[in-house]
Amino acid sequence: MTQEEVCAQLKEKFGEAVGALSETKGDRFVVVKSEKIVDVCRFLKTTPGLDFDYCQDITAIDWPARKVIEVVYHVYSLEHRHGLVVKVETDRDKPTLATVEGVWKAATWLEREIYDLFGVNFEGHSDLRRILMPDDWVGHPLRKDYQEAGGYHGIGNTRPDPLVQLSKTTDEKRKAFVAAATAAAAAAAPPVVEPGTATTTATAIPSAAADPEGKV
Amino acid sequence: MTPKDPLQVEPGTGVLFTNTSMIDDAINLARKNSIHYLLFGLACCGIELMQTGGPRADLDRFAAIFRASPRQADLMIVAGTLTYKMAVRTKLLYDQMAEPKYVLSMGSCANCGGLFQTSYSVCKGVDKIIPVDVYVPGCPPRPEALTEGLLRIQDIMMCERWKTKMRPGRVDPNAPMMISSKGK
Amino acid sequence: MAIDMELDRHILRRTDAGDEEIVVNFGPQHPSTHGVINFVTQTNGEVIRRSVPDVGYLHRGLEKIGEQVPYPGYMPFTDRIDYLAAMFANEGYAVAIERLLGVEAPPRAKYIRAIAGELCRISNHFISVGTMAQDIGAATPLTHALRERESINDLLEELCGARLTFNYHRIGGVAFDLPVGWGDKVLRFLDHLDSYIQEWDRLITFNKIFVKRLANVGIITREKAIDYGLAGPNLRGSGVNWDIRRDMPYGAYPDFEFKIPVGTGRVGTIGDCWDRFFVRVQEMVESSKIVRQALAKLPEGDIQAKVARKLKPDAGEAVGRVESARGEMLYYAVSDGSEKAYRLRVRTGSFMAMGIIEELSHGIMVADLIAIIASLDVVAPEVDR
Repeated sequence: MTQEEVCAQLKEKFGEAVGALSETKGDRFVVVKSEKIVDVCRFLKTTPGLDFDYCQDITAIDWPARKVIEVVYHVYSLEHRHGLVVKVETDRDKPTLATVEGVWKAATWLEREIYDLFGVNFEGHSDLRRILMPDDWVGHPLRKDYQEAGGYHGIGNTRPDPLVQLSKTTDEKRKAFVAAATAAAAAAAPPVVEPGTATTTATAIPSAAADPEGKV
Repeated sequence: MTPKDPLQVEPGTGVLFTNTSMIDDAINLARKNSIHYLLFGLACCGIELMQTGGPRADLDRFAAIFRASPRQADLMIVAGTLTYKMAVRTKLLYDQMAEPKYVLSMGSCANCGGLFQTSYSVCKGVDKIIPVDVYVPGCPPRPEALTEGLLRIQDIMMCERWKTKMRPGRVDPNAPMMISSKGK
Repeated sequence: MAIDMELDRHILRRTDAGDEEIVVNFGPQHPSTHGVINFVTQTNGEVIRRSVPDVGYLHRGLEKIGEQVPYPGYMPFTDRIDYLAAMFANEGYAVAIERLLGVEAPPRAKYIRAIAGELCRISNHFISVGTMAQDIGAATPLTHALRERESINDLLEELCGARLTFNYHRIGGVAFDLPVGWGDKVLRFLDHLDSYIQEWDRLITFNKIFVKRLANVGIITREKAIDYGLAGPNLRGSGVNWDIRRDMPYGAYPDFEFKIPVGTGRVGTIGDCWDRFFVRVQEMVESSKIVRQALAKLPEGDIQAKVARKLKPDAGEAVGRVESARGEMLYYAVSDGSEKAYRLRVRTGSFMAMGIIEELSHGIMVADLIAIIASLDVVAPEVDR
């Protein structure tokens, strides 16, 4: 069954709540009103001929420009080999949606992840709590306006850049460093070699004890 | 003020011997040839750790065996990315190990956060949580590189002094560049 | 940084543990949980009342990084999503972005993708069945598996330079062509593998103790497997004959002849742990057949389609699916016309497999829980991304 036929059946049953199949580039999708999502999903799963028994993915996309969070359902039928992409738009400030856990058990963990990363509240969910972030994390990371808190429990989230530290060493100290290293290598007296043979010279790496202050 | 040289013993404080270098060598030799490392494979480096313990690049030829419990381990090989959620547990595991304990940070992610510098949930290096003795760079490091790191840990072990419980071979945290701590 | 011990009871959501029941954390640091995953378990001695997985210890924000890095630069990150079968993770991302752009990889690239992918599948299944045997208690099969895996690591290192995280695929094809003489080395390895699988079967697959430990344990019925969204060998072990390579074909797979092994309940019930184990062993044999066919029929030509350096696909969205070693890996890319993705979503087989563990954990023994987790072949980075 093609996606147009599936959409035609949906429109016949649900009328205005189901939008038209999109015409954007790439994969096509259907936008459904958020109040009817559970009924649409149950209809897709239980109707003989449609039999969308396999929920492949439920995810969300944050559109701050349009002030919505879109929840995207990829559903598939293993028997009839057809698939559909269903989208629901929820309000960005207070995103709530009914859970489809009763239709596909796979939705349990997928919806928990959307709650954790986007903040969408799924009404009727049996176990809505954070799944990937720590339980006391503040904020929903995958939103576009997410700001990092600057660390977690006292662990900072920056690290000094070694290249920046290297550029801070002054030229005199760097020359002294290199002079000390060459002096140590010369003192080790490598054997005299004939011209034309290839050798590798080992450079001595000075230890921290060479510098009394402990920093270069 | 110059820091006190840890190899010097104050006169009048020695119990039976003042020179314990032979005992130190014997104890350290026993320790370095029987390293039990904690299986702390977090991510991809954990698989290379398994392969290094496997048949070809064998860590068992140094008599280094993996132990699952921190109570039985003296080397913690942090192999993989440390997240904030895991960092709290890492500190707990480090505290559960008995002294003398050593930490080897394996891979870029454990050294400094690695590939995931811009991520919101990655701890930028395991040395923000626990003190590290040897850093092994790589993504993931080859088994030969990890073996070299283990040999460096063995060098550090040989520097330990039984009497004063000091560890002079430890890498100076103020040094701006990675320096190999070979020799006493 | 105090650990909140009450958190465990909160995770179990029930504090009616009787006098003899204890709450135990399996993990996150544990030799048998296949990465950093925590199972908060309420047990009465050896019998488990409930076991709730607690994940997120390896959540590195890869989906957010997908929005911060340009399209071609994201390829190394896909390796880290599933490092044991990194070729498939690379391929899925490449297929998704190619569909977004409307380009297709040339035929030679598709064949090379199939060869690299199937070698990676053999490598992953070795780790999977080897660690499963070790979790059951047999230490030798893991060393055998690691030894065989070293040969594959050598082959793939010669191909692309890395042993574990390959970064080999590119959007539009693959990065490097096959080295001279590589095909013969692969064929020599496959000859050795075909005879080695028989030794493996004698060693562990049909071992009486192993069979008794795994038969009739962790039975997942067909309906449950589909309802929970399982994929790959987990789904096929429950009797569902579904494989993306044959049923939603992509790449060069329509040109190859191979069987899809499905669980039959040979030593127990359909959908038990042994079935999932045996499906993986049989898949290794089938992968070796695919690689032989691919090497024999390899076409000449380019290895990469003409793609701009700075990719700016038109606004739209696309889905790329591959049959990864651990199930169907689905990449959903949404583009808004700029050179970075607007949203990149990765749906992995292991994440769905974690959802079913709580359901299977009522009334089983602790050792059976370990066997079930091992047979579902979960890895932490796929669950947490």
